[in-house]
Amino acid sequence: MRPLRSWFIAPSIVLMAATLAIPLAIICVYSVLTRGAYGGVEWPWTFENYSRLLDTLYGAIFARSFGIAAVATALCLVLGFPLALFIARSGSRKNLYLSLVILPFWTSFLIRTYAWMFLLRDTGLINTLLQALGLIRQPLPMLYNNGAVILGLVYGYLPFAVLPLYATVERLDPSLLEAAADLGARPITALARVTIPLSAPGIRAAAMLVFVPCLGTYLTSDLLGGSKTILIGNLVQNQFTASRDWPFGAAVSILLIAIAMALMLAARRHGPDLV
Amino acid sequence: MNTRMKVGMKKSLAVYAAAAYAFLYLPLLILAVFSVNASRFSVWQGFSARWYQAMLADHDLLESTANSLIIATASTLLATAIGTLAAYALWKRSSTWLSGSLYLSLVTPEIVTGVSLLAFYQWVFRYLHLQLGMHTVVLAHLSFSVAYVVLVVLARLRTFDPALEEAALDLGATELGAFRRVTLPYLAPAIAAAAMLAFTVSIDDYVITSLVAGVDSRTLPMVIYAMARRGVNPVLNAVSTVVVVALGALVLISERLRAS
Repeated sequence: MRPLRSWFIAPSIVLMAATLAIPLAIICVYSVLTRGAYGGVEWPWTFENYSRLLDTLYGAIFARSFGIAAVATALCLVLGFPLALFIARSGSRKNLYLSLVILPFWTSFLIRTYAWMFLLRDTGLINTLLQALGLIRQPLPMLYNNGAVILGLVYGYLPFAVLPLYATVERLDPSLLEAAADLGARPITALARVTIPLSAPGIRAAAMLVFVPCLGTYLTSDLLGGSKTILIGNLVQNQFTASRDWPFGAAVSILLIAIAMALMLAARRHGPDLV
Repeated sequence: MNTRMKVGMKKSLAVYAAAAYAFLYLPLLILAVFSVNASRFSVWQGFSARWYQAMLADHDLLESTANSLIIATASTLLATAIGTLAAYALWKRSSTWLSGSLYLSLVTPEIVTGVSLLAFYQWVFRYLHLQLGMHTVVLAHLSFSVAYVVLVVLARLRTFDPALEEAALDLGATELGAFRRVTLPYLAPAIAAAAMLAFTVSIDDYVITSLVAGVDSRTLPMVIYAMARRGVNPVLNAVSTVVVVALGALVLISERLRAS
């Protein structure tokens, strides 16, 4: 008799098929169909949705999304690494400090994004303060631009970067650093030549975990970027709602997943412990 | 490493960390402070509870909060049950299935999950006479919350001694009986912690929910989003403070349970 336990997996397999596999398969099929007269999809099948992506208009959206995601990821790594190092070296308070990083990650991404709208807008706290101090006359346009989107992404995904960084930094053997010091390395040299190279798997994992959601971001660019900063995520959302061009939206979605998968596989080939 | 340099490095790391934590928490703290500000502008004009009163009088906010609570309760109960069973099944075997679907959900941006679910629902609705509503939102939330439950419960199971369960079986317990009377009580704190996380991610989701919600199932994040798009609004500061405090408390309790 098969043990009862092996049947326990059945509900989640059904669930994953219904909410992940089948919907993605439908998107795959839709991406090679024709747009229907009133939204929806129609035959015949075509590659036109993909060839439309070669248009420079969409090329610019992809380039901007890549640029913003790359800068946000780099900032998350640079800002997250010293924080991970600090947590790993804080002895018995490790867990407390780590929880303090994770806590914002669980508390509403939407509200944390709104908090920056509150701070950055023309009549927001930062502009009001700067004007009160007499440093500026006109409010600085800090909201609704690429910079605001990058800031929002870094704020939102910094915990994502710190977790894998911490996991590898914490496991580093301290005697290696002592050896480096005994051989005359200054702390900065030891950091650059020992700590960072040995943390490569964590850095790769952190980069992937931040870059992939940043590339597909929708909420941050919509709220902090305004209507000027259209990114891939906004393009997808728009095709499925206002523009009602589902086949094209599906093609963009598939391309987005393909890029993310390629990046994941590339990162994985260089080291096994990614997730 | 000479001690002075070592201390210097440690100090600068600590200063940096303080700044990083300030960066993470100050924006939320400022929202909370201005939620009790009498003025609607970014100038302090004294304490007032008026934005909280306005929040409690706002019909949209109350109705969407009720919707969010109903949806989160339903999806949490289902996700906890399905996820716990899956974790138990995956306990003693390699989990290519788990890591496979984790990978797929990791490389699928939220917006793509949302539109693919929307396409799936529309396709199913051609054959069944259903509409978007609470049920479609609950199913969508299950798609991402079950993974959290599986991970949390599996982590606890890895510390469980299988001999305890085998002893129960040797003493004549049925398989189901051993699970219910021995394993399940051991897992209880992790299951409770997992349920709280599932509740949190459900209450919090905007991107996927906004695509698959029907006209009668607007959730709190959808109303918050609409308010935020219209611009900054002091009532929104009050709502934000309540949500952050409530979710923060839930996550802290969940952490405690997992550590126990």
